[in-house]
Amino acid sequence: MKLKTVILAGTALAFAGSAAVAEDMTLVSWGGAYQASQKAAYADPYVADHPDVTIIWDESSAEAVAKLRAMNEAGNITWDLVDVVASDAIRLCDEGLAMEIDPDTDLAAAPDGTSAADDFGDLLVSECFIPQIVYSTTFGYRSDVADWGGKEPDDICDVFDLEAFPGKRALEKRPINNMEWALLCDGVAKEDVYDVLETDEGLDRAFAKLDTIKDSVVWWSAGAETPQLLADSEVVIGSTYNGRLFALIEEQKQPVKMLWDAQVFDLDGWIIPAGLPEDRLAAVKDFVKFATDTQRLADQAKYISYGPARKSSAPLVGKHADLGIDMAPHMPTDPNNAKNTFLYNYEWWADYRDDIDAKFQAWLSQ
Amino acid sequence: MSDTTAGQVLTTKDGKPLKAALARALRREKLRSLALIAPLLIFVLLTFVAPIVDMLFRSVENSIVEDTLPRTVVALREWDPASGQVPDEEVFAALYGDLVVAVEEKKHTRLGSRLNYEESGISSLFRKTGRRVNRMDEAGPFKEQFIDADDKWDEIGTWQVLRQFSPPYTDGYFLNAFDAQRTADGIELKPEDERIYMLLFGRTLFLSIVITVSCLLLGYPIAFLLAALPLRSSNLLMILVLLPFWTSLLVRTSAWKVLLQQQGVINDFLVWTGLISDASRLVMINNQTGTIIAMTHILLPFMILPLYSVMKTISPTYVRAAKSLGANDWTAFWRVYFPQSVPGIGAGAVLVFILSIGYYITPELVGGTSGIFISNRIAYHISSSLNWGLAAALGTLLLVAVMVLFVVYDKIVGIDNVKLG
Repeated sequence: MKLKTVILAGTALAFAGSAAVAEDMTLVSWGGAYQASQKAAYADPYVADHPDVTIIWDESSAEAVAKLRAMNEAGNITWDLVDVVASDAIRLCDEGLAMEIDPDTDLAAAPDGTSAADDFGDLLVSECFIPQIVYSTTFGYRSDVADWGGKEPDDICDVFDLEAFPGKRALEKRPINNMEWALLCDGVAKEDVYDVLETDEGLDRAFAKLDTIKDSVVWWSAGAETPQLLADSEVVIGSTYNGRLFALIEEQKQPVKMLWDAQVFDLDGWIIPAGLPEDRLAAVKDFVKFATDTQRLADQAKYISYGPARKSSAPLVGKHADLGIDMAPHMPTDPNNAKNTFLYNYEWWADYRDDIDAKFQAWLSQ
Repeated sequence: MSDTTAGQVLTTKDGKPLKAALARALRREKLRSLALIAPLLIFVLLTFVAPIVDMLFRSVENSIVEDTLPRTVVALREWDPASGQVPDEEVFAALYGDLVVAVEEKKHTRLGSRLNYEESGISSLFRKTGRRVNRMDEAGPFKEQFIDADDKWDEIGTWQVLRQFSPPYTDGYFLNAFDAQRTADGIELKPEDERIYMLLFGRTLFLSIVITVSCLLLGYPIAFLLAALPLRSSNLLMILVLLPFWTSLLVRTSAWKVLLQQQGVINDFLVWTGLISDASRLVMINNQTGTIIAMTHILLPFMILPLYSVMKTISPTYVRAAKSLGANDWTAFWRVYFPQSVPGIGAGAVLVFILSIGYYITPELVGGTSGIFISNRIAYHISSSLNWGLAAALGTLLLVAVMVLFVVYDKIVGIDNVKLG
C-alpha cells in the first residue's frame, strides 16, 4: 500500500513537473484523413510540449466496441483513449466499458470562462462521451447527369423521385438515417419521425417508401464507397459523410455537388476506457483536457471539413491548411448548409436498433 | 499363439508376467511420445479447442439476469404471467434492492442491453430507472415509484421478458438463430418480415457449393496442364497461379469492382464492341454474380494446388498403357487418369468449401444485398451490436452444418480418399 502511494505520488510529481519519465499513450482512431487531422491538430502540439510522451496510434475505431469488450474480459486494457461515434460511446458506457467523465473538471473551460458543460451543451449525449466534431451524413449528386435536363436536386425527397431524377442511388446498408429520410418524404413531420417509426405501421410506411427506389439502390457499408461510386458514375446520388464529399469535390475536383437538405448530424469523440491504472489515467486526462480545448478543436477544421463540437470554437475556424480555401462554408454546421437538419436520436436508436436492424436486413434480402 | 497352452503364463526372467511387463514398457513409450507432442497439444487445446468451447458456452449462457437482479429473480418465481396483472409490491421492493446495488456497480445498463435483444425499449428503461432509483423513497411503496419513473414497469410484457430470461441458461439465442421465438403458445417461427438467418444459411451453403464447383471446373484443366507441362514452362505457370496469393485480398476485391461495375471495364468493352447497348449494361456486381466471380478468383489457388500435387504423382505410364491397349484419349483420361485424381478433387473441394463458407470480407464488398453470407451477420453481431450470444449461436450452427457435411462427404467419397499430395 505504502509502495503504491509512493509510486502514485511519484507519477503525479513527474506529471506536474513534466519530468523525464517516458510515457507511451495509445490512441485509437479511424485512420485516414481524419486521424491525420487529429494528429496535426492535437497530438503533434501536445508532444511538442511534452517531449517525454510518445503517442502510438491504433486504427481500430471501427472495431473498438468489440475489442474493448474483449480487452475488458481479458482484464488487460492496452488502449488509453478511443475515438468512437456517439452511439458507440453510449453502448460502451452502458456496458461499463467506458469511464464516466465530469465535463467541468475533466475538460477545459472556454476562453471566455464558459464552463465546458455549457460550451459543449447538448452534444454531451452520454456521461462517458467527450465530443470532438459534428459530422453529417448527407447526399452528394453528380452535376453532369444528362437525363435530368439541367435540373438539380435541392430537396431530400428528390432522392426518392425516380421520375425527375432517374439513376442509381447509394444508401448505407443499415436502417439508421434511411428510415428517417423515408418517413420525412412520406409526409411525416420532422418532430414525429421517431414516434411514427416506433409503431409497426410506421415501419411499414418507411419500408414502403424505400421500396419505391429499392431496385435503384447500391448499398454501401464503408464510407469510401459512395465517393468512388459517384466518381465512376455508378450512382448519380449517394449518401455518405460530408468530409468524404468535401475531399471528392474540393481535393479531387469531381463534378459533384452537395445536397445539404435534411443532413443528419452525428457526433464523434473520445471515450476513456474504464479500468485504466491511475498513472495512465492521469496522463490521458491531461491529454484530453488539452486536445478538446477551444483552440485545438478549431484547429482540426483546418484539415478536415467537420465542425468543432464546442460553440466557442466556431468563430476560430480558418482556412484549409493545404488548399487555402475558407473552411466555414464547408462545415455541416454553417448556417447556409444547416437550413434543414435532422438530429440523430441516440437514445431511441439504442433501444430499437437491434429490432429494426433485423427487420431491415430481412427486408433487404427479400 | 499355438505354443501357449491354457494355465501357463509366460513370464519374464524376474518372474513378472510378460504381458504386464510389455504393457509397462509400452506405457513408458506412449508417455514419452505424449511428452514430445505435448507442446503442440497444449497449444491446440489453448488456442483452438478452448475458444470453440467458450463460444459454444456463450450461446446458452445467461447468468447476467440472475447475477444483477438476484432478489427479483427469486421473487418473480411466485408471479403468474397468466394472471394478467403486473407483479405485486414484494417484487418491486426486491427490484429496488437489486437496482440500488446494480446502479452502484454500474451493472444495470449492461443488463438493459442484454434484455434489449429480446424486447426493444428495455435498454432505455434500465438506463432511465437507474438514474431515478437513488432518488426513490426508501420506505416505499415501490410499485408506484417505479411506474412513475417509467410506465413500462406497468406493462406485463416487460415482466414476462424478465421472467423468461431469468434462468442462468437460455435457448433464446438458438431460437433466434433459427428465426424462431418463444411465445405464450410455445415455440413458433417469427413473422415473415423478421426471418433472415435460415435464408442466409441456405444461401451460404448454396453459394459455397457453386463457388467450389466453379473452382473445380476452372482449376482442373490448369492443374492438369501444370502437371503435364515440362518443368520450365510449368514453373512459370505456377508463378501465375500463386501471384494472387501474394496480392492483398482487398486489392483483388477492389479490382473486381473496377472490372465488373456497370460503368466498368467489361461493360465499357461490351458497349464499345456493340454486343450490348449503353442502356442495358450488365449488372455483374453487388449481387450473387459478383460474390461468385470474386470468390472463385480468390479461392482458385486452394483448388489448384492440391489437385496439382496429386496429379504430379500419377504416373504417365498408366495412360500410355491404356492407349496401347486400344483406349481413345477420352476413355484413357476418364477411366484411368481421372479416378486417380479424385483424392485431389476431394482435398481441393473440402478446402475451398470450408474456406468459402466462413468468408465475409469479399461478400461484404461485392455481394450487395443478395450475395452476402451468414458470416457477415456473425461479424455484425460480434463487432457492432455486441450480441455475442447470438453470434455464438449462429457460429455454432455453422460449425454443426460443416460437420454434418463432412460426415456426408465421408459417407459418399470417403475421408481416406483425400490427399494433399
